[in-house]
Amino acid sequence: MTSEAQEFEMRVEALTKRFGDLEAVKGISFEVPRGEIFGFLGPNGAGKSTTIKMLCTLLKPSGGRALVAGYDIVDEASQVRRNIGLVAEKIILYDRLTAEENLYFYGRMNHLPEAEIKARSAFWLDRMGMTQWKDKLAGTFSTGMKQRVNIARALLTSPRIMFLDEPTLGLDPQTTRAIRQFIKELAEQGVTVILTTHQMVEAEMLCDRISIMDHGSIVALDTEANLKNLISDGKGAVLDLALEGLTDGMRQDLGALRGVMGLAEPEAGRLRITTNRPGVLSEVMRLVEGAGGTISSVNTLEANLEDVFLHLTGNEMRVEFAQSAPSGHRRGAAGRTSRVR
Amino acid sequence: MRKIHAFFMDALHVGNKDLKDFYRDRARIVAFLIMPIFMMLLTGFIFPSQSSLKDLPVGVVNLDGGPVAQQMLVVFSELKSGKSKVMKLQNLADEDAAKELIQEQRISGALLFPEGLSDSLASKQQGQVVIITDQSNPQISSMLTGMLEQTLANMGTQMSAQAIDDMAGGQISQDTITALVTPIQVQTRGLIPGNPNYFQFVAPGVMAMVTVMAVMMGLAGSVAREKEVGTLDGLLVAPIARGSIVMGKTFAQTVRGLTQGAMVLVLAMVFFGVRVYGSWPLLIIMLILGIFSFVGMGILISAMASEQETAMTIMMTLNFPMFFLSGAFFPVQQMPGFMQAISKVVPLTYVVEGLRQVMVLGAGIGQVWRSVAVLLAFGAVTLAIAIPAFNRVVTR
Ligand SMILES: Nc1ncnc2c1ncn2[C@@H]1O[C@H](COP(=O)(O)OP(=O)(O)O)[C@@H](O)[C@H]1O
Ligand SMILES: [Mg+2]
Repeated sequence: MTSEAQEFEMRVEALTKRFGDLEAVKGISFEVPRGEIFGFLGPNGAGKSTTIKMLCTLLKPSGGRALVAGYDIVDEASQVRRNIGLVAEKIILYDRLTAEENLYFYGRMNHLPEAEIKARSAFWLDRMGMTQWKDKLAGTFSTGMKQRVNIARALLTSPRIMFLDEPTLGLDPQTTRAIRQFIKELAEQGVTVILTTHQMVEAEMLCDRISIMDHGSIVALDTEANLKNLISDGKGAVLDLALEGLTDGMRQDLGALRGVMGLAEPEAGRLRITTNRPGVLSEVMRLVEGAGGTISSVNTLEANLEDVFLHLTGNEMRVEFAQSAPSGHRRGAAGRTSRVR
Repeated sequence: MRKIHAFFMDALHVGNKDLKDFYRDRARIVAFLIMPIFMMLLTGFIFPSQSSLKDLPVGVVNLDGGPVAQQMLVVFSELKSGKSKVMKLQNLADEDAAKELIQEQRISGALLFPEGLSDSLASKQQGQVVIITDQSNPQISSMLTGMLEQTLANMGTQMSAQAIDDMAGGQISQDTITALVTPIQVQTRGLIPGNPNYFQFVAPGVMAMVTVMAVMMGLAGSVAREKEVGTLDGLLVAPIARGSIVMGKTFAQTVRGLTQGAMVLVLAMVFFGVRVYGSWPLLIIMLILGIFSFVGMGILISAMASEQETAMTIMMTLNFPMFFLSGAFFPVQQMPGFMQAISKVVPLTYVVEGLRQVMVLGAGIGQVWRSVAVLLAFGAVTLAIAIPAFNRVVTR
């Protein structure tokens, strides 16, 4: 173990993964100190899960290297495995074993002594509010209940590093809230958390640092506040317009205005303009109306991570999300997402 | 030493988990119990045995009208197989009527006694009896024909003996007459007492097939299912040897396969009078060797297939021809040359052959060592290919 490896719980250098011709992860590098909640935010197919799988020793990197808990993920894979917990995209539970039996089996697979397994599984099931269900088959649980047991399972080995790949995807709001709260507490207890999500809110709420991923690369890595400063220096805002009669000429003229950082059309009749100059709104309105368009409403919003993503990649993140996010996924002025499932 | 202990303990836990997962699945348990019963009953009743020769409708066209035909008909109508009569005779006007009824599948064959049969025999001339067969049913037809021919031949022999006795005017002893009429006496002797039926032949085949199929399908299916559902990642991220996962799964499926094989055997013994003439331990060893020889293939298929359905499709495609080529249902010797050649590289052939040698012929290890060697070699080679392939596939 080098001294750097002790400072950082995780150290990744030029990590690459190719599937045939597709380069799913393109040489990413970063470091994660102990106790940090480190998030990967990006649309579907960005390479988040592939990165997690490499770090968990489930996929062999095509290039680069990584130290996880101080161990090389290729040469010291079994040491890595002793120090990590994984909540993967798919829930790791056997439907025909009870909650408790699932934990027992997983504890056995990790060579924990029987008494220790019993004590720890009782503790974590209680912590996850699943004690009264411990003797029920996992197959009878709702997705939210399964995920609670699944997290208890991953924590059974008291891992130094916890990997969570979209841990709240498809869960009810109540469980989502509970799990997010729980992740925060874990980090407070010194567990390093690596989290992936394609939900802005989740990244904003939980992560100490966010790495924005797109097409296999990390396009930005910083705290939420610093990321937002990237586009607005703390002065800017996002104008959300509802308008009619938008033309290509108008789009060009708007883009050329001083202080306009980017344009996006989340849906027909809506325009989001990222700005870093407060006075730009009146110019926008003059331009649109002068060219024959009609603006029916204007909202001035704080810039959010999606706008950062747009600024950095030129892509509207939400369009890609539309395939996986349920309808009703919409951000309000307060930057809160409500998901209906 | 501690590593080896941990390896086996891990395997046992995986196997135990798989068995639990299996016996809690009611639908699979039902299929598991029904399959051997189904297989055994099906093969049992589809293939004709002596007991199929029961009350067969047989037409009689008696154009002779003399005493010989009459006497023969009495004998035929009294022929028995076990407790029941073989034939139900039914008088018909002429050959055309018989042909028509065969075409309509209302009789299984017919006997034609031509005009003047009794007269010919009385005047020391050869007589003729015609058997008309139903060629659409070769199995029954050949058994019926065999029986009729045998009976007619016996009657012919008696007639010759009578004729010689008459000609010699009692000057020749009965023994001499018998020696003259049938100079060569044929004696058939098997290695086991009695006359084994078709089940004795087919039971080892069905048992081998059911056992091997259970293990191979179970193995590929369970790996593929864990891949599909995502639980395999939970095993792979644990600090255990990948080999112990494979070993544990094999252990669970072996328990399952042997249970099904045992069910086939018990059914065959209770309902179809099959007996095991050789040693029981050797029989179990042959079965386990059979499983061993197929484990590698099961793992290889599960490594290749990412979904359960793909694994099953590959398996079915391989299994179906294999069962026929292995001689499980039909003797390999009946197959054309090229198929016999293929059957030599199908490991199931050696399982079936070995089991049959032990069960039917009472063979010992000294007689089955060749099958044992082939199965061991086949298992070792496929495992040597499959395990690294599996390891490579699960961490691409
Ligand atoms: N096993 C695989 N074989 C081939 N391509 C893959 C495999 N796994 C992922 N990919 C591809 O790699 C890219 C990144 O996928 P993934 O890491 O799952 O993205 P994310 O988790 O960010 O949604 C996608 O284009 C996906 O289709
Ligand atoms: Mg993913």
